[in-house]
Formats: sequence, structure tokens, C-alpha cells
Amino acid sequence: MPRARYVPLAVLTIASLAACGSTNAGSTAAGGTEQGATAVTVASTSDACAVSAASVAAGPTTFTITNNGDAATEFYLYAADGQRIVGEVENIGPALTRDLTVVLEAGTYVTACKPGMTGDGIRGTLTVTGTSTASAPEAAARAKAAADYKAWVATESARLLSGTTSFVAAIKAGDQARAKALYAPTRAHWEAIEPIAESFGDLDPRLDARVNDVEAGDAWTGWHRLEKALWVDRSLTGMSVIADQMLTDTEDLVGRIAALDLTVDQVTNGAKELLDEVATGKVTGEEERYSHTDLVDFQANIDGARKAFEVVTPIVTVKDPALKATLDAAFADLQKSLDTYRSGTGFVLYTALTPAQVKELAAKVEALSEPLSRLTSTVVA
Amino acid sequence: MTERTLSRRRFLGLAGGGAALGVAGIGTAELLTRDEASAVDRTASVVPFEGAHQAGITTQQQDRVQVVAFDVTTTDRAALVALLTTWTRAARRLTSGRPVGSTGAVDGHADAPPDDTGEALDLAPSGLTLTIGFGPSLFDDRFGLAAHRPAALADLPHFSGDDLDDAISNGDLCIQACAYDEQVALHAVRQLTRLGAGVVVPRWAQLGFARTPGASLGATPRNLHGFKDGTRNLAVDDATTTADQLWVQRSDGSAWMAGGTYLVSRRIRMTIETWDRTSLRDQEAIVGRHKGSGAPLGAADEFAEPDFTALDGDGKPVIAQTAHVRLAHPDHNGGAQLLRRGYSFSDGVDRLGRMDAGLFFLAFQRDPRRQFVPIQQQLARTDRLNEYIKHESSGLWAVPPGVGPGGVWGETLFQA
Repeated sequence: MPRARYVPLAVLTIASLAACGSTNAGSTAAGGTEQGATAVTVASTSDACAVSAASVAAGPTTFTITNNGDAATEFYLYAADGQRIVGEVENIGPALTRDLTVVLEAGTYVTACKPGMTGDGIRGTLTVTGTSTASAPEAAARAKAAADYKAWVATESARLLSGTTSFVAAIKAGDQARAKALYAPTRAHWEAIEPIAESFGDLDPRLDARVNDVEAGDAWTGWHRLEKALWVDRSLTGMSVIADQMLTDTEDLVGRIAALDLTVDQVTNGAKELLDEVATGKVTGEEERYSHTDLVDFQANIDGARKAFEVVTPIVTVKDPALKATLDAAFADLQKSLDTYRSGTGFVLYTALTPAQVKELAAKVEALSEPLSRLTSTVVA
Repeated sequence: MTERTLSRRRFLGLAGGGAALGVAGIGTAELLTRDEASAVDRTASVVPFEGAHQAGITTQQQDRVQVVAFDVTTTDRAALVALLTTWTRAARRLTSGRPVGSTGAVDGHADAPPDDTGEALDLAPSGLTLTIGFGPSLFDDRFGLAAHRPAALADLPHFSGDDLDDAISNGDLCIQACAYDEQVALHAVRQLTRLGAGVVVPRWAQLGFARTPGASLGATPRNLHGFKDGTRNLAVDDATTTADQLWVQRSDGSAWMAGGTYLVSRRIRMTIETWDRTSLRDQEAIVGRHKGSGAPLGAADEFAEPDFTALDGDGKPVIAQTAHVRLAHPDHNGGAQLLRRGYSFSDGVDRLGRMDAGLFFLAFQRDPRRQFVPIQQQLARTDRLNEYIKHESSGLWAVPPGVGPGGVWGETLFQA
């Protein structure tokens, strides 16, 4: 877990330009007017939705929506059918202004303000003329990357829930051997999507706190509490409550992940954060201090980062082929080292590594992390 | 100081000494202003040892620090008091630029080791200050001090994320030696350690550095995250503020501490490598300040008051809820402030080949229970900076009041 607890999700997206745009192709929500974008203002009141232009040229367009009404409002841009959402901004409080940037192709669109955030909204028509610049396919590529990653995250989170269900059953049945066998392979699905999982600031400390993360007087729950019970205490007395809570929290987590909108920069920043997790928690042996299954987490973090790289590879290949080549080589080099520690279906224990082996892994993590940290700026530039 | 900054070009001139002005590489010889000249002469400065408060607290922060914590190895109270007397005498000499002992470094018997170890022989006083603190463990049953342990010297709680190494934490006594010359600080600590043989043994030590010697005193120094650190420090010139936030008052109980203060020391390791891979946007969001100017996000001037209510175009706070500057600000800590006097450190590389560097946090305050503890609890819970730092050591010290002519460190305690 991160050392900062209770981090609200919004914070994870600070680096992000995105607010809450939909993931439909061609749409990005932006925190500021993008350079070169056509500017359109929208004034929303309780009974009007004043759009400053009825017709714009194709290409990037930034709608600046100001809520002049008394209740929170929303702004939607629909395709000609008035149903398919091209872009949206939700929950704009009174007197607030938000931006939505979308890349528009020629055609007819429907605008809608929804004061009170209910109903079909106050609708209008927007005509887009001409042909868009080259940024349209790029925006589409970004949206596709985010959508691909989200699908992968959904798969991982489903596996996490299924594994957690079995793990919790073993704990409650008092089957220590089975619980220990399920521990690392199940946690791997958490580790693979860790930046997303831990973005839910209330769930992360409950599920993934290490003992020193817990403040005096607070209860210690979650994976590592059970890790200690299994490997150190060798007793599951009192652990049923912890296990039940863990399952409830994981179900909650999976539900929230399903409702999450991901943007491509969240995906690529997440890759950087996954490598940070490896650098600060796994290669140091701090994460799994009782079971010493750190290399399983290590692999899972790398898998998550590599998936993020894969989904944006079509973009990186065009924009910075040298970076792509560097990352390909660094991922392969790190994986080659990691593979030498495979044992059965998993890995040797962290405690089996010599100081020199740990240092070699750390150096390869650094070698990958440095170029990986340039991924976001390359993809969103 | 009226000049806040010293240009790099001027700095190069200063670094080489006055005679170097105008040498190759420096295009134009520039005359030093009075302030800049005084910056060069700081090594000549002497900070008075005696006073109502100990020196090294509100003293203009010197460039270098060495803090040493000691464990007392004797159970003989008289031996401890005798050492404090010896140390005070030595501290008076050292802070005025003189060697310790009656014969110093080279004037004693040739067959005897010199009284003073000599490495500061040719060095100026360098603004040396020596400040003593008493750890909670001194107030156990060894020296009959238990009844005098101040309530404010309550053990610090475990903070979320703490990863403390006992071997470099706590201690019975500590000495903070600050100077404009590292060798002068080290020399002082070395003499005190030698004088303490048989009574105390060093437990841990930490070296630190602040701004580059020769740089303007007025500029806020940068920490190893590259951000200005200390822009909004406690106003030590304001008597109301220091009475409220810094100096223990007679009404606080433990009368022997009146005029004293409490020091919290924390070795805060920075995971330099992961920080350096973080985008500028994210770094600034985490800190809540602009990296270049040091201004709060949304402002242009370093010393502007942060606007915690400002919202961006998405309706989100310009300064995030989890930004360091917000969480540490007095407005979000019931008005509590700390006098921060920390130093950067860089102690080589760790076993993984990473820089072992960070901030040696030193903060003085009137009552840690009202100041450091609640502030750090809030930071430990929510500060995004926690992803890039780790608290590795902790120390809490009762820093007794200063001494007058003939006075001895800790006399108010041992005579209480």
C-alpha cells in the first residue's frame, strides 16, 4: 500500500488532464483549453443552455461550461442520434466552470445541459464542418489504449475476487496450508492493478496496510494481517472477522473498479507507479516481510506496467520509436533476471536471494523505471 | 539581509575569495555589497554562548550540523553532573574559537596527548553553536530525575508509515553542533565525546548540510527534492510568536524547563530515485508549491499566502487536499507551528545502490503534544509526499534554558 493513506481518487489523477470524460472514441476531457482547440462556451442555467456557436470546424474543440444556475449541472455532447455520448462533464457546482475537450469529426451533434443532473436536459444542435486534423486518430488511439487497459484491469479484478473468495474460505475453515498456498497467487492480481486498487483511499489501508503503516490505536486488517497470522503466529484465532471484512472490501473494490473511467495518462502514470512499488516495496523485501513472497508481487507489478506499455505501444511506436526500443529491451532484460528465480509455479523466497542478486535486480528496475517515467509525456504530447 | 539572492556569477566570484573576482570564467568583476561581504565573513562570526535561551535555536541557521546522541553509561549522578560542568566549560571555549583544556593542542607536555585534538587550530570560530538536549530515557530511575520529567516530554507515538531504526533513534543526551565550517562542528563534537569517556558513549551521529557556503543568507534553501523548504518558518524575531510556539513558559509546569524548548529530530530518507522520475506537474501537486519560484500553487510570489480555497477549471482545489503545504500549514493544525532547522544529508549509497539521502529534520517547539505530534499525525495519514520519504529515526529532547555567566548546562534540572 502507499504510505499516504486515505488518498482520494481525485488525487491520483492530479497528473491527469482528465476530469470525467467518457471513454468513447474521439473524446478526451481536459482540465484546460488545449492548444489549437476551438473554444466554445456554454452557459448553463435552470432553464437555458447557451452554446456560443452553432457550427464549428472539425478538430479539437474545448467546451468551457459555466454553471450560472442554482443547482449542480452536467453537460453532454451526444452523437447525432442524441444517445451515444461523445463527451460529458458531470457534477458542475453552481458558479463553477469546467472544460471538456473533444476531437470532433464532421457531422451533427447534440448538446445538452442537465441542471439538477436529471432528465434529458436542455438540448441543442451543433454542426461540425470540414475534416479534422491528424489528431483525431491519435485521440482515438489514446481512447482505445485506455479502454484496452480497463478491460485487462476488469479481468484482473475478477480474478482477485475469485481468489480472495477461496482464500477467505480457507481461512475460515482453519486450513492454514491451503490459505498459505493461495496467498501469493491471489495477491498477484492485487499487485498487478495496484495503482488503481490503492487509488480508493479508504479501501487500500484496510486491505493492504503493513504493520508499520497503522497508526497507534487503529486496527490492523487485510492481507498482511493474515500473512502474519499464517507465517508468524501460525494461528487463525480471531481471523474470521478479518477475512470476512477482506471479502466485503474486495467486492466493494471490484464494483468500484468497474465504474471507473480511465484515461490514458492514468494508465501510463500507473506504470511508473508500479515500478515505484517494486523499487520501494518488493526489491527491498518489505512488502511480504513474513511470507517472503515478494518476487511474486514483483512479477505482478511488472506485468501491470508491461500491460500499460503494450496498450500505448502503437502510439509510442509512432512518436518515439527509440523510447519503444529502450523499453522493450529493459522489460526483457529485467524479465530475464526475474525468470532465473522461478520455482514451481511461483518464485523462490526473497530470503533466498543474495545481496548481490538483490542489487542486480534493483539496478534493472532502475534501468527500466527511468525510461518508463517518460511514457506519459510521450503519449499525451 | 536586504539581498535575497546572489547570482550564480557573483557566487562564483565569492567562492574563489575576493581575489578571484574577475578571473577567467567570470565575465565582469562585480563589487560586493555590504551584505554579500558579510556572507563571506561568516566564518569569523562568534555566537554568544550565554543567554536566556541556548544558542543554536533562533540563531541564523549555519551551513553545517553534526548532531550526536549519547547514552549515559554511569549510574553515578555526581559523575553526570561533573561531565555537564566540564562540557559547559569546553563549550564556552569552543564557541569562542579557542581549543579545549589548559594547554590546547600544541602547548602541553610533549609526552602527553594534547588536550585538544587540533584540527580546528587554524580555523575561525565559524559561528559555532553547541546546544544540549535531554532525552526521555534520562528521566528513568538512574539519576533520580523521574519526578522532573516534563509532561511535554511524552514519548512520541507511532506514526503511520514509521520505519524507525532504534540504533539511530533516541538517546539520553544529545548535542547539536552547528557551524559555518563542517570541520569546526566535527571538532567540537569530538572534544565533547573525548571528555565524556567513561560517562557517556555516542549512540548515533548525523551530519547535515544546508545552503552552500557563500550563498546569500536571505534565500530560502532548497531540500534534496529540489524544492524551497522553510519559506514559512516560525518568525523568531516576533516575541509573541516565540512565547506562544517556541519557549517553554513558567506556567507550562516543570519550572526547570522555563526558557527552554523541545527538539524533535527525524532522519527522513528520501527515495530520491522514484521522486526524480515523477513529473514536474505531480511534484508540484504533491508539495503544493511551484518548484522554480517556491510560490504556492496559483500564486507567483514565494511568500504569498497559499489560497487553500481556490478551485481550478475542474472545480478541484488548486492546492490538493493531500498537498504537503496544506497539511503542514498552521491553518490546518490549530495554529501550531514549528521552528524548523533541518539539514540535508547524503550518506553514500544503500545496499541496493541507491542514494542514502534526505532531510535531517530538526524542529524546536514549546510542546510537542500540541505541535509536532498532531502535525505529523496529519502528514503521516494523508501527505502524498509519504510515497517518496521514509522516517528512519526519531529523537525527542528537552532542551533546557540557556546559562548565564558561570552557569552549567542543565543546572535548573539537577538543582530542581
